[in-house]
Amino acid sequence: MQNVENIVNGQKLFQKPEYQEVLENKKEFEGHAGATNPEKVKEIADWTKSWEYREKNLAREAITINPSKACQPLGAVMAALGFENTMPYVHGSHGCVAYFRSYFTRHFKEPTPCVSDSMSESAAVFGGLANMKDGLRNANALYKPDMIAVSTTCMAEVIGDDLKAFTASAKEEAEGEMDDTLIPSAHTPSFVGSHITGYDNMIRAILEQTNPTKAEKVVDEERINIIPGFEPYLGSLKEIKNISKMFGDKVVMIGDHQEQWDTGAGEYKLYAGGTSLEDTKTAINAKATISLQKYSTVTTSKLIKNKWKQEYKTANPIGLSGTDEFVMMLSELTGKEVPEELKAQIARLVDAMQDSYPYMHGKSFAVWGDPDFLLGLVSFLVEMGSVPAHIVCNNAPRKGWKEDMEAVLEKSPSKDECQIWPSKDLWHLRSLLFTEPVDFMIGNVYGKELYRDTGIPLIRIGFPIFDRHHLHRYSMSGYEGALNLLTWITNGVLDQLDEETKGIAETDYFFDSVR
Amino acid sequence: MSELRQIAFYGKGGIGKSTTSQNTLAAMAHYYGQKILIVGCDPKADSTRLILHEKAQSTIMQLASEAGTVEDLELEDVCKPGAAEFDPEDDTIDGFIMCTESGGPEPGVGCAGRGVITAINFLEEEGAYDDDLDFVSYDVLGDVVCGGFAMPIREGKAQEIYIVMSGEMMAMYAANNISKGILKYANTGGVRLAGLICNARMTDREYDLAKNLATQIGTQMIHFVPRSNHVQRAELRRMTVVEFSDKSEQALEYKELARKIIANDLKVIPTPLEMDDLEALLMEFGLDEDATLDQDMIGKKAEEA
Repeated sequence: MQNVENIVNGQKLFQKPEYQEVLENKKEFEGHAGATNPEKVKEIADWTKSWEYREKNLAREAITINPSKACQPLGAVMAALGFENTMPYVHGSHGCVAYFRSYFTRHFKEPTPCVSDSMSESAAVFGGLANMKDGLRNANALYKPDMIAVSTTCMAEVIGDDLKAFTASAKEEAEGEMDDTLIPSAHTPSFVGSHITGYDNMIRAILEQTNPTKAEKVVDEERINIIPGFEPYLGSLKEIKNISKMFGDKVVMIGDHQEQWDTGAGEYKLYAGGTSLEDTKTAINAKATISLQKYSTVTTSKLIKNKWKQEYKTANPIGLSGTDEFVMMLSELTGKEVPEELKAQIARLVDAMQDSYPYMHGKSFAVWGDPDFLLGLVSFLVEMGSVPAHIVCNNAPRKGWKEDMEAVLEKSPSKDECQIWPSKDLWHLRSLLFTEPVDFMIGNVYGKELYRDTGIPLIRIGFPIFDRHHLHRYSMSGYEGALNLLTWITNGVLDQLDEETKGIAETDYFFDSVR
Repeated sequence: MSELRQIAFYGKGGIGKSTTSQNTLAAMAHYYGQKILIVGCDPKADSTRLILHEKAQSTIMQLASEAGTVEDLELEDVCKPGAAEFDPEDDTIDGFIMCTESGGPEPGVGCAGRGVITAINFLEEEGAYDDDLDFVSYDVLGDVVCGGFAMPIREGKAQEIYIVMSGEMMAMYAANNISKGILKYANTGGVRLAGLICNARMTDREYDLAKNLATQIGTQMIHFVPRSNHVQRAELRRMTVVEFSDKSEQALEYKELARKIIANDLKVIPTPLEMDDLEALLMEFGLDEDATLDQDMIGKKAEEA
């Protein structure tokens, strides 16, 4: 039992004799106790590590195991929280929304404001209009937002609720209470795409529904929009804003959720930071928009290019060349020279990369995560002479992503050792790791099981990360962000080196205090 | 090029909706050179059969389920040119008709409504409406039974709804119900009721009944299409009357309906009737002129009356 004088976590608690006894006794009630030959279990377990099983596993069609992606409304909630005084509102079932809040909160260790209109069985039969009317009005009265960004769960999508009509009639019947509240809405069926699709849909909805039409646009030649994409690293947002500022005050981030999940101790504020609504409503007037995650803004790009007739560019400021490209893009668009400060950052980064090069060079990695994150990370690994041997992207877009990744790998002399695995999950990766092992894995918290299973060290970079603290506060974008990546990965390599040479009088040939 | 007009045909199942819509659209293309895209929103996928001269071979949902996801489809796979004169490549007539079918599950399983939503989203995203079209026409199954079948009347989709009906009681109930569906969306959006098309069954006083219903729900009976065996003769050949015999009287009826639709500017927010009023209307017009029906005759057998 817990002792109030010395509270321990679950891992230690369950080692105590009273729990061990319970666990032992429990086996009696488990159906297969004694019925399965332990040798057979071991045989099958070994077989699942074979090439034969790998082929069967890769041919798997019917199920997905540990996909390492989330669903659309989760991305829509992040997108919504990137705007000033905005309450994300999910039209659909309550349980889904509890999950979005806890998912973000476990990653950021901060509260996540988000409401739901809790559709139940009768709403499924009669449609969710009544829930929407009450829900919007309550949310508006209770939380006093300037904008309510409405997305949907599967339930509302399957019954075909029409958001635009619903939000309009809810507004009309609210006796004027919501006349000053913006209510953009996006259909985000969870059974299509992933969280980045939902992010995309919501950013587009907010921009399209708060901006005037093309006929009324007044181009501001100095204004540049930057859409960060589904960015789980708050430090990255900060870093991008730092770089942007060097190129002028009118380089504006659209969808800036940095402060929302980075509040200090003291009185709790529901809303913090975010793109101002003024900047949001005038996004159409910008000279150009740069998306930092090409594949998280596919439908948004269509709005900007086709409807707004605005210049649309993409950059991926992860690693050295990715950041170079972004900085040059800003320089060209604003007509300003690259400032000395950035040049100094480049110099420091290149110096640091040289220092660590011997440790990362030639090391092989298995990596997984979102499509744009992977493009940036792999580019950085290639810059460091590492071998990204397995690149797994469950939510890889069907069009273009693989080709983009091939173009990144083209720069690597070890490109023939690298394999791209679109639409595969982490159970597929397990087979890959057993048959074609790598030195390290880079990915999110869900790699923990793979680490236990294969013993390959996991360097935690990605989303979500629940079991390590504060990593999300750092940047992985920009030159400063590349330094962080370099630090995390190189030190991961060095930790492993120490781990492998810690045997006293066995592997500790010399005392490596300098590396 | 004039602005793209999006129209939809609704009506009770079995009323001859697909036949009427295809003949009318064929007339619009044949006589008036209109360029049209038909979007069949019925899991049976028979909204384009007479234009294609065959049942649509590959529906959007069928191909999507084979490919695993709708994102893997290309527009050309699901959007087919009409047969013979309706093919854009054919120069016999100025107009053309492109055909696509949402498709959907077998009866009794799955969710056909979601299929309609998925299919229409796909067509919009792939730019099916960007070509130089004059009309997009949705042919929608039976009643507006769920949110999915209301997809074609959501904001930014069909603006003009034509209800195909006849002088039978159930068809009139359905027409009134569909008006209720339109009303829901019309209050907040741009969708309007554009007229009733009476596909005659030659029931008693059918013309008066349809015209009166139209007036009461605030619209017009845009055309009274008489019954003709020509329609069935053409249909057996998987053709529209217009193509089968373009000088026939029946073809000229469709020509007139086509002209009226193209010129139509009566688009209203409907005022559907309450059940009692609808029944009263049927009592007033639903019998021979010399017969009358009193309240005390309800529930009486023929020999008792």
